[in-house]
Amino acid sequence: MTENLTTDLSLARRRGASPSNHLLEVRDLTVTFPQPSGSVTAVRGVNYHVDQGEFLGIVGESGSGKSVSSLAVMGLLPSSAQVSGDILFEGRSLLGRSDKEMSKLRGEGISIIFQDPLSALTPVYTIGTQIAEALLLHDKSLSKLAANARAVELLKVVGIPNPERRAQAFPHEFSGGMRQRAMIAIAIANNPRLIIADEPTTALDVTIQAQILEVLQKAKEMTGAAVVLITHDLGVVAGNADRIAVMYAGRIVETGTVDQVFHEPSMPYTVGLLRSMPNLATAGHTRLVPLEGRPPLLTNLAPGCPFAPRCPVAIDACRTTEPPLIVFGNDPANSAACLRVAEIASGALDRSQLYPVPEPIAPADRAEVLSKSVLRVEKLVRHFPLTKGSVFKHSIGTVRAVDGVSFDIKSGQTLGLVGESGCGKSTTIMEILELAKPQAGQITINGVDVAVMSKKERQALRRDIQVVFQDPMASLDPRLPVQDIVSEPLTVHGVPAKERLKKVLDVLELVGLDPSMASRYPHEFSGGQRQRIGIARALVTDPKIVVLDEPVSALDVSIQAGVINLLEDLQEKLGLSYLFVAHDLAVIRQIADTVSVMYLGRIVESGPAEAIFDNPQHPYTRALLSAVPVPDPTVERTRQRIILDGDLPSPTEEISGCNFRTRCPLYLLMDPAGQEKCRTVDPVSRPLNSSEVACHHAEHIDRMTGTTKQPQRP
Amino acid sequence: MSMLEEIPVSNNGVPEPEIAQASKPVSRMRLVLSRLRSTPRFWVGVIGLGAVILWAAFGLIPNQWNYTDLDVYSMGSSPNSVHWFGTSDIGEDIYAQTIVGLRKSLVIGLLVGPIAAIIAGIVGAVAGYLGGWWDRTIIWFIDLLLVLPSLFLFILLSPIFKSLSWVALIFLLAGFGWMIMARVIRAQTMSLRERDFIKAARFMGVDTWTIIRRHVLPNVSSLLIIDATLGVGGAILSETTLSFFGFGIQAPDVSLGTLLASGQGAAVTRPWLFIFPAAILVFTVLSASLVGDALRDAVDPTSGVNRD
Repeated sequence: MTENLTTDLSLARRRGASPSNHLLEVRDLTVTFPQPSGSVTAVRGVNYHVDQGEFLGIVGESGSGKSVSSLAVMGLLPSSAQVSGDILFEGRSLLGRSDKEMSKLRGEGISIIFQDPLSALTPVYTIGTQIAEALLLHDKSLSKLAANARAVELLKVVGIPNPERRAQAFPHEFSGGMRQRAMIAIAIANNPRLIIADEPTTALDVTIQAQILEVLQKAKEMTGAAVVLITHDLGVVAGNADRIAVMYAGRIVETGTVDQVFHEPSMPYTVGLLRSMPNLATAGHTRLVPLEGRPPLLTNLAPGCPFAPRCPVAIDACRTTEPPLIVFGNDPANSAACLRVAEIASGALDRSQLYPVPEPIAPADRAEVLSKSVLRVEKLVRHFPLTKGSVFKHSIGTVRAVDGVSFDIKSGQTLGLVGESGCGKSTTIMEILELAKPQAGQITINGVDVAVMSKKERQALRRDIQVVFQDPMASLDPRLPVQDIVSEPLTVHGVPAKERLKKVLDVLELVGLDPSMASRYPHEFSGGQRQRIGIARALVTDPKIVVLDEPVSALDVSIQAGVINLLEDLQEKLGLSYLFVAHDLAVIRQIADTVSVMYLGRIVESGPAEAIFDNPQHPYTRALLSAVPVPDPTVERTRQRIILDGDLPSPTEEISGCNFRTRCPLYLLMDPAGQEKCRTVDPVSRPLNSSEVACHHAEHIDRMTGTTKQPQRP
Repeated sequence: MSMLEEIPVSNNGVPEPEIAQASKPVSRMRLVLSRLRSTPRFWVGVIGLGAVILWAAFGLIPNQWNYTDLDVYSMGSSPNSVHWFGTSDIGEDIYAQTIVGLRKSLVIGLLVGPIAAIIAGIVGAVAGYLGGWWDRTIIWFIDLLLVLPSLFLFILLSPIFKSLSWVALIFLLAGFGWMIMARVIRAQTMSLRERDFIKAARFMGVDTWTIIRRHVLPNVSSLLIIDATLGVGGAILSETTLSFFGFGIQAPDVSLGTLLASGQGAAVTRPWLFIFPAAILVFTVLSASLVGDALRDAVDPTSGVNRD
């Protein structure tokens, strides 16, 4: 700690100012939650500072203490929390202030943007009222009318169309992205000097995330406020932040400018985190390097570096003493908490060799697969009627959730189905998994049409097609022990109890879990382990096809890599076919052989993964790819962004012609005749440069390069 | 680079020592029981309830009076060495009457509460899980039963029940005590049905009844257990009401209900007529609640004390 303080002091002296000259300075902050089972120290001596107009990114996995430290700044911790250290805002301490004083400061001095914009807005008041409330609270002289006018103005600033009308809307009438915009509007309402954004884009789609990050940057420029962005996504900070602090087990373990941290990470944890992330630039060519183990429990930390049990280069000294943040280079702002930081920084320990790259499955262990179609979906349609009235129901429209989807999965291959939420990808897989006759179209599994199957055949077929769900907590019955959960598919097929147990233990071993944990309940496992249980349940019947519904999106970055590698290995070993549904393009790039991109119930582009990612032909694919943040600041800076306007249209809307034209950047660049074609003719999928594209003007896709941001729509 | 070679990189594969090597996977029932055993509330409740039941069963043996006996020499006397709980105006022994009343009330309460909860659980889960016409028909029936004034029905039906034994009362009380809980269970089931683990079971091909039995009912079990426990007290109170109006337990049978009804007027002047049955009632219901509470925590691994 002492080194730390002297660092700050020397830093301050170098700049010729007292340390409290920073806008916000957190000194040796420790937050402890007393609990009957032993107190949890969520934050253990955190030091950081934010200067006027600076953009600081705080990165860490869940449970690393990043949110708790920011809530401490806002004074929003539960009263049972014991806070020590000091938090200075504009030179004055925030700790020990009364709630009334803090309330005055919140919103006007510091404001916060939460992760979930639905629960952060009051459902019973209109958006306009809520923004006006924030204004009126801090400026008593403001009239109600003026506050409302200012609210409309703020909504316009954050890019909400029709702000006058939208100010009258209630939160449930807003989409997720618009709610988050409204939250930003509330946050900047009183021109705060500091905005804390706590995972502001985690709940949003990539294209919306790109919009929100742009709005946040705009808000920062307008108000001149400093921003502290808390996130688990390294990609998000790479393109936006000036400086980064990486947190682990309640402490900052590395800090520096974005370039320093991303290009020359010096703490093994940061190195591992960067290596374990699927990255659009590198994914698909190399195996991911998982960060083994899991973060330590903060209840009773062993002495020594908390990362030592997971660190591949830990030495004996690491297990006895916890290293402080050490300045190792010429820049005093760049420091890392590692005993071997000098070796890593000087190159004696090669960063790229720090983590052992997992071996691919040996050819002898690979299952032989004959290339044949195992799952074929043709022109699948699922429309839901929208009805009104409780006694006499009448139809008022149709939701075209799935509107003619076709794809084909070969044995031993992975098809990646990508799209934003609400595009119909979940409905598609539910239709497949029901194994029932679809409304229209055809589903063929192993060459058999599911529509003409008998009940018995269908039951037998369920062995061959299994599913892994997104949320590992929701997909496991909390009341059953793991052995019962995993063996459930076998009970259906009349496997005797003894054999079931044996198979369960085998399959748990296969997914990398200790078979002796079979009698525990799901809530005793970590997120990654729970997802492994979900995978074990899917594999217990020796299926041929596994449908993976966003299997890693609910997991921490360092855990993701392990699960993705596991899925890849299992595919090699067992010859499985995957239908991999995800919104994360980097993950799809890593695992998929072929990719289909979905938009509003249609597949707009499909083809081999390399073709889709290296040379996208559809404007939507191109926009989607450009919206994905890459954890590399240099790439982020030079990259061209295509930001789509607005949200995904409601699937009830009748859009004539091409249904993407309402947001299409290419549409705006076409001549009137071309636009006319988009408006009137529904594009059909046609082959172009080794992929299938549903766009009239895919040949002119290169017109989009050169426009960084499309012109505003009227 | 020599540093690098010394470092064993394969260390990651070594299993963590802190994971206890359990000898053998244990069944769910055993896990629930072991958790139940470690809860003090469960023991307090069970011992309390056990004591009440034992007392009800054997309490009459040391007493020299039967509940129908009239002691004409001590009418309305306060508790003494002969009449431990005192006597009523006509010389009935309150101790004997309390025990006999307790027996009846216990049997009624302990049967009606669980029976009503079981009906509520099954009907609610079926309506909520199946949906569609099943749901609409069941809800229509529940609403019909709810709008009919049950006391009025009891009075209408009482001539039939008077001719039958008091056991018929159990089914009557259970038959009118499940509707509200069934609606709650139905709502719970409807939200459960959309959860991924139920979907997962469906996609595995698990049949409807097994899903209801294995996934739906255990997940609403905490509600059912609370309902069954509260139902014990509720049933005793319903029985009291009926008996008070003369439609429940008929003379010469006695229950805690009839005792409370006859003793309530004397609660201030001759408190022993009222206090002893009332205290026993409170003690019984409290013990049953403690057991239910502990059971809920044991069945639901995410509730209350189990949450860290």
